[in-house]
Amino acid sequence: MKKYLFCTAATLALGLAVAAAPAQAQTKIGVAGPLTGSNAAFGVQLKVGADQAIADINAKGGVLGKKLVEIVQDDACDPKQAVTAANQLVSDGVVMVDGHFCSASSIPASKVYTDNGILEISPGSTNPNYTDDGSAFTFRTCGRDDQQGKVAADYIAKHFKGAKIAVLDDNSTYGKGIADQVRMNLKKLGIPDAYDTSYTAGDKDYSALISRLKQQGITLVYIGGYYADSGLIMRQGAAQGYTPQYFSEDAAVTSALWQVAGPSAEGMLMTFPPPAETGSAAATVVAELKAKNIDPSGYVLYSYATIQAWAEAAKKAHSTKPALVAKELKAGGPWPTVLGPIKFDAKGDVVNAAYAIYKWHDGNYSVFAMN
Amino acid sequence: MAYALQQLVNGITLGMIYGLIAVGYTMVYGIIGMINFAHGDVFMVGAFVGIIVLTALTGVTSVPMGILAALLLSAGVCALYGFSIERVAYRPLRGSFRLAPLISAIGMSILLENYVQTSQGALERAIPVTVPGGIQLMNENGFVVQLSWMQIAIVVVTLVTLAIFTYIVTKTPLGRSMRAVEQDAKMAALLGIDTNRTISYTFIIGSALAAVAGVMFLLYYGVIDFYIGFNAGIKAFTAAVLGGIGSLPGAVLGGLLIGLIEAFWSGYATVAYKDVAVYSILAIVLMFMPTGLLGRNDVEKV
Repeated sequence: MKKYLFCTAATLALGLAVAAAPAQAQTKIGVAGPLTGSNAAFGVQLKVGADQAIADINAKGGVLGKKLVEIVQDDACDPKQAVTAANQLVSDGVVMVDGHFCSASSIPASKVYTDNGILEISPGSTNPNYTDDGSAFTFRTCGRDDQQGKVAADYIAKHFKGAKIAVLDDNSTYGKGIADQVRMNLKKLGIPDAYDTSYTAGDKDYSALISRLKQQGITLVYIGGYYADSGLIMRQGAAQGYTPQYFSEDAAVTSALWQVAGPSAEGMLMTFPPPAETGSAAATVVAELKAKNIDPSGYVLYSYATIQAWAEAAKKAHSTKPALVAKELKAGGPWPTVLGPIKFDAKGDVVNAAYAIYKWHDGNYSVFAMN
Repeated sequence: MAYALQQLVNGITLGMIYGLIAVGYTMVYGIIGMINFAHGDVFMVGAFVGIIVLTALTGVTSVPMGILAALLLSAGVCALYGFSIERVAYRPLRGSFRLAPLISAIGMSILLENYVQTSQGALERAIPVTVPGGIQLMNENGFVVQLSWMQIAIVVVTLVTLAIFTYIVTKTPLGRSMRAVEQDAKMAALLGIDTNRTISYTFIIGSALAAVAGVMFLLYYGVIDFYIGFNAGIKAFTAAVLGGIGSLPGAVLGGLLIGLIEAFWSGYATVAYKDVAVYSILAIVLMFMPTGLLGRNDVEKV
């Protein structure tokens, strides 16, 4: 009896899913990112930014007279799940995807989008390989790790002379990528890093690693990894009485980091593009988001700008056909977005992407130094 | 020397956490010969009940009272979970082929993970440091060896639980029926033992234990998410196998070994390959001692 009940329920659920497909002429936009898993804080940033952009564009009549419909897929920052999500979005008939977030998802997903001629614009994947090995359909609205890594290394060289440096990474596409950039740039500047290692992302116990850093007298720890892990490393470091200068990157720019690390993150430095939420282009959007009690920092506005840039280019191209929009995105511009005007180069990267140094203080982060 | 001592402290604490979870695995296996893959997720549910109780009680009661309430409530809730899981997913499959309950256990594990994810959110949940401080064991050229109160608490809780459960299994009437069911369920039933009830009790006790482990994990690390049961469960399962599945002291011994291997491998070799070291040693041990360190050979029933 139970079995039949279950079958009936499953059939019903399937039926509902089919019935829910809209019949009107609409333009479908995909949003893909880590809505679950240890990077869910960023998936949320991505989604609220996209929600707001689509709502604002639809309020003004949509793109080329058609309303935008959002189709959300969760990739959990997992390469396999990213490919599944990408295929799902392709079969749903989206014309562009705002995403993915993690480089380890965006890169494998980009093959699927390229094969099917769909635009992929990532607001957060900074690994150089994403656009270097990408196609005419691959774009990003954030910077690249070879830029970001250089900014971090330059800053360390200038302000932490004589520090004993350890560079850690979480062995992910993104984490190892950025850490390797920092290592390479430090080496170029003639600064040896005393200790290099990878840890396992998702581990909960870092006490052995911390004891090792402590024993080697490391005074500056660079972490190439996501906030859940770097937060725990700092928290457990404090428990062992070990408080070096921590330095991380754009995957630490979320209030979730402070929730994990607490006061042990005090003074932590990180690289992230200059704040967009204080810019004049973003004023109205930021006000709208704040009215809904949504924090506009981190990647929220990047996700907003992704859809905005696409919408502007589509209007200019008089079409939502991905191939035409892709051509227009690169040829035209600069595109007015909440981040300010954005121009794309031939690879699909943002021209003149900048990075600033942020510092955590008392549960908030703010710009500490402009490069 | 100080460094080695600190790694020893790290390793023992980690090992005791693995051991605490492993005791639950090994207990269920010892009684019904089934690997309860949902055990790690009951542990995770325990940690979540703990965080809900602790957050609710912050400022209302003193910290020790809050921790006690979290432990008791969490154990109670998880005992209910354990009972229902067994009733829903395992009992109907008893007597069917051996792999069937294993698959439904994996299903249960996925169900619990997704349930907690939807009801509690996918983000990490964290509590501030609840029990700060500790003692400095040694200070060698500025390298201070820290032993926190929480680390001591974990070792004590694990050893006390081990003692209590060994007592239950070897000395009480319930323990006697458990062992009887393990040896021959049909014969035990013929002799008047309510096998269903005995198995239910095993699950209730095992899940309450998982809850204790979950709350200790929460208090020590301070950060949990719906996925912690998976990693911790796999390591604890490895600990149970290494120590000899079915043996209670073996579970703690296995956990301790894994914790020490991880700490010392990270401390003196490479941090990146600590899991390789753990599983290599597991493979080597099983090659020479197929039943694990403290396991005993089952006499093949004909």
